[in-house]
Amino acid sequence: MVEQETKKVKREKIPRQPMPEQEPELRAKNFEEVPFGYSPETAMKEAERCLQCKKPACIAGCPVEIDIPGFIRLIKEGEFTKSIRKLWERNSLPAICGRVCPQEIQCEGVCIVGKKGEPVAIGNLERFAADWERENGTGDLPPKAEPKGKKVAIVGSGPAGLTVAGDLIVKGYEITVFEAFHKPGGVLLYGIPEFRLPKEIVAQEINFLERLGVKVECNQVVGRTVSINELFEDGYDAVFIGVGAGLPILLNIPGKNLIGIYSANEYLTRSNLMKAYRFPEYDTPIIRGRNVVTLGAGNVAMDSARTALRLGAENSRIVYRRSRTEVPARDAEVHHAEEEGVEFFFLAAPTKFIGNDQGRVVGMECLKMELGEPDDSGRRRPVPMEGSEFELECDLVIVAVGAGANPLLTQSTEGLALNKWGYIQADPKTGKTTKKGVWAGGDIVTGSATVILAMGAGRIAANSIDDYLTWGW
Amino acid sequence: MFKIVKREEMSEGTVILNEIEAPLIARKAKPGQFVILKANETGERIPLTMAETDPEKGTITVIYMVVGKSTALFKTLMVGEGYQDIIGPLGKPTDVEKVGNVVCVGGGTGIAVLHPITRALKEIGNHVTSIIGARSKDLLILEDKMKAVSHELLITTDDGSYGRKGFVTDALKDVLDKGDTQLVVAIGPVPMMKFVSKLTQEYGVKTIVSLNPIMVDGTGMCGGCRVTVGDQTKFACVDGPEFDGHKVDYDELMLRLQAYCEHEQQCYNDFCMLNPQ
Repeated sequence: MVEQETKKVKREKIPRQPMPEQEPELRAKNFEEVPFGYSPETAMKEAERCLQCKKPACIAGCPVEIDIPGFIRLIKEGEFTKSIRKLWERNSLPAICGRVCPQEIQCEGVCIVGKKGEPVAIGNLERFAADWERENGTGDLPPKAEPKGKKVAIVGSGPAGLTVAGDLIVKGYEITVFEAFHKPGGVLLYGIPEFRLPKEIVAQEINFLERLGVKVECNQVVGRTVSINELFEDGYDAVFIGVGAGLPILLNIPGKNLIGIYSANEYLTRSNLMKAYRFPEYDTPIIRGRNVVTLGAGNVAMDSARTALRLGAENSRIVYRRSRTEVPARDAEVHHAEEEGVEFFFLAAPTKFIGNDQGRVVGMECLKMELGEPDDSGRRRPVPMEGSEFELECDLVIVAVGAGANPLLTQSTEGLALNKWGYIQADPKTGKTTKKGVWAGGDIVTGSATVILAMGAGRIAANSIDDYLTWGW
Repeated sequence: MFKIVKREEMSEGTVILNEIEAPLIARKAKPGQFVILKANETGERIPLTMAETDPEKGTITVIYMVVGKSTALFKTLMVGEGYQDIIGPLGKPTDVEKVGNVVCVGGGTGIAVLHPITRALKEIGNHVTSIIGARSKDLLILEDKMKAVSHELLITTDDGSYGRKGFVTDALKDVLDKGDTQLVVAIGPVPMMKFVSKLTQEYGVKTIVSLNPIMVDGTGMCGGCRVTVGDQTKFACVDGPEFDGHKVDYDELMLRLQAYCEHEQQCYNDFCMLNPQ
């Protein structure tokens, strides 16, 4: 009893272990990852803060229901190999989730330790376990069920598709992932920058799935190179569609097609997938602005504005039509961006882009906004203030105001019902679409969301596909 | 790897033909569609409209002009070697319909793209007059092939070294003056398509052009290839590459094609220094 009391007191005194990271001035000039990760000692110390609750709220807060107290206990005991295996039971991409999940609104948001102080750093610990395995692990694979003799095709190699692949391969299915780009990873590769998610880590997580037996076919544009119906003709028993949203929204204002106005998709794809930040070592060019304006304030906008700094911008500004309260990006991302020197112009929106005689953007005209009544999204609607025009000088504009549904696959597939915005209709409880044998999940169903929500949808669909291939539709 | 099975230098080492093993693409491709090619790990994604496909053999053919680093790199690839990545078929196929009298106008390597379209238009029962042009005789490609798929073939060169001296538009004007042309298909450099469209507009003849703006993914994801057609912004990769020639904003397209001219120059110079020829 006495011993337990001392332990409790000791545990309560341990503060949340900070994650060491690169200094802002330094990192704003390079593409290396911002946080360095925990050492084994720090990880074990942080793991000690977990209360090992009998009814853990954190598990309920996780879209893929990782046994969080379980993997943390194993870290505390120094059993790192067992810890990563515990994570793999529910999550095939822990190195990625540990880095990009919004833990503050999920597991960490409901952590009991967080009621009085700071929550257990679950994300940092997940990242630690995955990184430790990659760097020091045995490389042993988790167990796999006997082959079931059934084939599943997965369209898109982003977080939703990879989760379905990881879940079903261990259940004994034959899995082929079809990717339209020349490299797998989807948004993890083309969207999220190197400094937030090193591409080497994405490649290794995919390599892990390939070692489990998942086949990855790149350069396959399903809907063009091969159709969904042809996949069934080729002997696939089920198809999962996880192609992402994938349609850029551009502003419909004068000057929108001037050179130097990129969609965030294009800007980030050039930099991340095509490695234009290493031009001319890599052949794909990218416009390096001096005065850069990013429109929008979501996570993609933060990634864009921070990339611009690393590509040599003197000023990297974010123009957002609502106020700081409505910013949709994670606090951590906004904080990182501000630390690095990104400036924010709240309550402003562009009305036109100004170009020179070579068709290049040199500035934009903006209007100041004020917040009116709440709109459909429940956020207060920005209303332009008359006569408040002002000009911003800029030689690069990145439009990061969201994405829509890319129609390439959906319009070439019969029997797939879409909603009024063009997203695929799928049952939220199963991921089933209106086409027999076809499931869908992730941004192509919900519209732009997060990596982990796409993974959650992948998990649901994988279970449903397993049921179908065992019991029928 | 996508292996090159046939390679031909069509004119003085500046226009190159590659026949490439790509069975999945060959099975699906239709006239007017394009592929994206990437030579190696550090390479750029380059869109090229296919000049030929052979589903039985499982090959596709592209013809390109060496204009910068990426095409100079393509040029170094010999038979037996190949491209690391090829993606396709992309874009919408040509609308091939029987309309009566059709004029197919091609310039430069655009003739390569025009050839399968011309053949399809003839096969469906149109009377096809083709006009092909180049700066000079040694840059003119596919004369025999175009002759074989046209009822009549007219040739122009800017310098008069072969065929009629002048531009394709000069020959086209004469054909249009005869009246009774229902459709013009024009594929070539942007200024050529612009002036062909300007001319046919005067005659009120429907005109189709095939555009090749700068692209990244080719699947409608990035918007880099956006063009103004009428009062709308279209993505050439998924809404095109063919559009109503009378509605395209060619001046904007020409500016946008210059977006990376400095980068291209730097890249090309570095490459030429390392690979002297």
